[in-house]
Amino acid sequence: MGALAHEAHGHHGAHDHHEHHDEGFVSKYIFSMDHKMISKQYLMTAVFMGLVAMLLSILFRIQLAWPGESSDFLTLFLGETWAPGGVLKENMYLGLVTIHGTIMVFFLLTGGLSGTFSNLLIPFQIGARDMASGFLNMLSYWMFFLSSTIMMISLFIETGPAMAGWTIYPPLSALPQAIEGSGLGMTLWLTSMSIFIASSLLGSLNYIVTVLNLRTKGMKMTRLPLTIWAFFVTAILGVLSFPVLLSAALLLLMDRSAGTSFYLSDIIVGGEMLENHGGSPLLYQHLFWFLGHPEVYIVLLPALGLSSEIIATNSRKPIFGYRAMIGSILAIGFLSFIVWGHHMFITGMNPFIGSVFVFTTLLIAIPSAVKVFNYLTTLWRGSLILTPAMLFAIGLVSTFISGGVTGIILADSALDIAVHDTYFVVAHFHVVMGMSAVFGMFAGVYHWFPKMYGKMLNTRLGYAHFWVTLIGAYGVFFPMHFVGLAGAPRRYYDYSVYGEFDTNSYEMIMDLNVVITVFAIIAAIGQGFFLFNFFYSIARGPKTVMNPWRSTTLEWTTPVEHIHGNWPGALPEVHRWPYDYSKPGQEEDFVSQIVPLAEGEEEAH
Amino acid sequence: MSFKLITLVVIVLGILAIAQLVRVYELSSKLRNRREEDISNRDNKMNGNLMMLFSIIQYIGFIWLMLKYGWTGRGEAASVHGLETDWLLNLNFVIILIAFFATNSLLFYFSFKYVRKPGVKAYYFTHDNKLELIWTVIPAIVLAIIIILGLKTWNNITGESGKESIKIELFSKQFDWTARYSGEDNKLGYSDYKLTTQENELGLITTATLDSAIRLMEIGKLDGTVLGIQLLEEKLNNPKNIFVPEELVKMENDLDRKTRLLRLLVQMQKRHNKKMDARAFDDIIQKDTLHLCVNKEYEMSFRAKDVIHSAYFPHFRAQMNAVPGLVTRLKVIPNMTTQEMRIKKKNPKFNYVLMCNKICGGAHYKMKMIVVVDTPAQYKAWMKTKTNFKDVFLAKPVVTPATPVDGAVVADTSMMAVK
Ligand code: HEM
Ligand SMILES: [Cu+2]
Ligand SMILES: [Cu+2]
Repeated sequence: MGALAHEAHGHHGAHDHHEHHDEGFVSKYIFSMDHKMISKQYLMTAVFMGLVAMLLSILFRIQLAWPGESSDFLTLFLGETWAPGGVLKENMYLGLVTIHGTIMVFFLLTGGLSGTFSNLLIPFQIGARDMASGFLNMLSYWMFFLSSTIMMISLFIETGPAMAGWTIYPPLSALPQAIEGSGLGMTLWLTSMSIFIASSLLGSLNYIVTVLNLRTKGMKMTRLPLTIWAFFVTAILGVLSFPVLLSAALLLLMDRSAGTSFYLSDIIVGGEMLENHGGSPLLYQHLFWFLGHPEVYIVLLPALGLSSEIIATNSRKPIFGYRAMIGSILAIGFLSFIVWGHHMFITGMNPFIGSVFVFTTLLIAIPSAVKVFNYLTTLWRGSLILTPAMLFAIGLVSTFISGGVTGIILADSALDIAVHDTYFVVAHFHVVMGMSAVFGMFAGVYHWFPKMYGKMLNTRLGYAHFWVTLIGAYGVFFPMHFVGLAGAPRRYYDYSVYGEFDTNSYEMIMDLNVVITVFAIIAAIGQGFFLFNFFYSIARGPKTVMNPWRSTTLEWTTPVEHIHGNWPGALPEVHRWPYDYSKPGQEEDFVSQIVPLAEGEEEAH
Repeated sequence: MSFKLITLVVIVLGILAIAQLVRVYELSSKLRNRREEDISNRDNKMNGNLMMLFSIIQYIGFIWLMLKYGWTGRGEAASVHGLETDWLLNLNFVIILIAFFATNSLLFYFSFKYVRKPGVKAYYFTHDNKLELIWTVIPAIVLAIIIILGLKTWNNITGESGKESIKIELFSKQFDWTARYSGEDNKLGYSDYKLTTQENELGLITTATLDSAIRLMEIGKLDGTVLGIQLLEEKLNNPKNIFVPEELVKMENDLDRKTRLLRLLVQMQKRHNKKMDARAFDDIIQKDTLHLCVNKEYEMSFRAKDVIHSAYFPHFRAQMNAVPGLVTRLKVIPNMTTQEMRIKKKNPKFNYVLMCNKICGGAHYKMKMIVVVDTPAQYKAWMKTKTNFKDVFLAKPVVTPATPVDGAVVADTSMMAVK
């Protein structure tokens, strides 16, 4: 500890040491340009949005488990308008599913996860005083906030929120006559998402520029912690793919309001014969999934980056195959741009093109497998400290495996034809996104909470939270695979329709739906442990020390109290890679990046 | 009301209880001078053990689910390609289950075995090119096998159907399916959405349907349920009618739209070749159930009227989207009659089904059609009971006035009545 502290001290009187004294409330807490504060703002917003989305899922899960039965819980939240007599309305079911998916994917795991941890860790871990542009960074957060607000408002309007699924395929999303949510609700959805995309672009550009330009002396690209590599590639994916979604959304807006026919052709809806001719709904799907697939890695890579760091620290071992890990991140990032067609095998797309996408998609499994093996080897012969963060990181690896292997089924068009759009898909993406990525986010919060708030979270509550979440979430998503293999289509309001033709499947699906909902409720209640812990510890948690996890990276060389510019003196200089844990010949079981190589010591990589 | 109260009380009590527990815990930590970041060996060990326990419970749960429901809870495949898909699915499942069990077991075992022990230092191991090569190459080989087998099956499924294949069409709209058999010539008649009328829901193109569609567009229906251009104009120009501005704008837009559509219809009529009529007229339109003949190859084509739907035959392991403005196709060879499947499943009420599998609106979940796979004899007998499109269409004369003289008045009053 002494070794790393002395470097950071002893440079008193450096330029911006006292700037932070005379800040007003507004510029410190609201329109802050400081990456640490912005990161906390992102986290708070994400926690709120995540809670809402979780609540929505419980509402529609109640309908799935006990279709048509009156529920006080539904009345409580939805009132007579959307749940007359305590029974959810068909259209609102779709509305809830849509907003649940949208919030989870975009607001919790794209905005929330990247926003929180890229902001927190990029300047800290590369040794920068702040982001390249504090102003754009602030703008990015407030646009995120605005888009979240609009998305929330759309839940309360008379015709209901968007109801076309989070993928909002036209024509359903283009025609208010087809479903009521495609009126004002869809307009708000598109507005919110356009602002969200702008926010995400501002954020990503900032991350990229910061990583490229503001690394401190000695911080070569090959000395960056894997977190930074993950955020960096994530940001590049975002910059390259989100604009395509924006264009898809703009064309959709034009089809909706300007009478164009990008996605519409030969339609009769609500008794009205439309003139639109020559457009193609498939065009939208191509544009959407050109973002959509990179998006799942935008969601996942930061989680993998965070867990790499956490696993190395808490195994007291270097991450195994550092270079291979970087290589896999780059390979995954690149390949994620040429696989989007695997969402479209049965849309009527040319089967030969489908074959090409089968090939590219299955290629991604290789770098993913490499990552898993590297995690396993990192754990092997480690000296594991099972902090709550570490537990979540291990949980992430487990779910990354479970969700990854089912991806192999879905990537194979000949098999996808049997399970596409069934609950098997729902199970698959929940295991990778709803579990892996969310676990990564939790791991990050538990690990960097001391850095964000200067306090410690309660470990026991962390344990309780982890175990309830792991058991609850596997209890929800494991059985879902079987529901899917029984052929149950997704986005169905009521599976008792099965009673009319296949009583065997009917019984199985109805039984499992109850099991799933019960586990979902348990998991949801389990989040209470986290929420309580989080807010209680912010207010009253025990104070932390500078480097609680005895970690090597630069963020742990900054003082506990947040200051402008992060380091009180000169910026630290980096002399080694970030994973010198348990290096033979060293006194401590970790050597901070700022400690120069000893004479004759070799740098690992 | 009471429900809200109870919920509130439970939540408040829960929070208070946790708060108390945490207080106690904090005090005891303070007494023992324990810091939150120091994980005791006991906690470490406990969580390591729980990891192991969890993985065992997870496996038991998983295996139990597999034994109880199998990996095709919908039963055996009932089509030729479905069998191939299922075979491949099983093979893939074996592969991924091996990967799943192997890696997950290692993960949980390691996190149990290697928890920190006093005096044991972690092994400094940064990389090993040989190991990494091995676990890059092995997945690559396995994936190559998966890809090759997958593409072979995919080509079989999507390849051209044979010349003998029976052509049928499935037409989708919110929220039902309509089947169209191609009749004796085994050729589906042409269709165009602009010809859609109540009497010709699929918009088939024949001289007669063109005529009636044009008349409908020009004039409308006597009873005022459909307003053609003429009826619209009369309504608009009738001084007795007063409209709010929005309604007026809407009607004027309607009028313009119908005028343009009419122009297109007239052009189509000019291009129409009477010889094509027979092709559509012998088609057979069937609404509630879809009958298929066992062991016959079907070339199905799909159309959608309003939004995207998806034709999903879970038991045939077949699926294809129906997209407005596009005709998609799918090849299916059912190889087990409904009767045989009922016996296999020991379920006398079982039926095959065609479900909608693309979100299409509120009643999406109800959009289905029962599918019956018949023996050839049954199929023939059933087909005999069907009437072709010509007879159905010509039996119902369209109720538009031949001369639009005083129809206007009639339409007008009926319009008022409708309102
Ligand atoms: C409490 C935990 C959760 C439960 C019980 C749950 C359950 C569900 C269910 C039943 C659906 C509807 C599937 C369908 O009919 O298509 C759904 C949709 C979805 N969920 Fe979750 N989910 C949970 C958490 C998450 C998380 C953490 C994510 C983050 C990625 C997520 C992302 C999605 C997405 C993207 C959809 C698709 C929405 C759509 O079809 O438009 N969910 N969820
Ligand atoms: Cu994808
Ligand atoms: Cu449908």
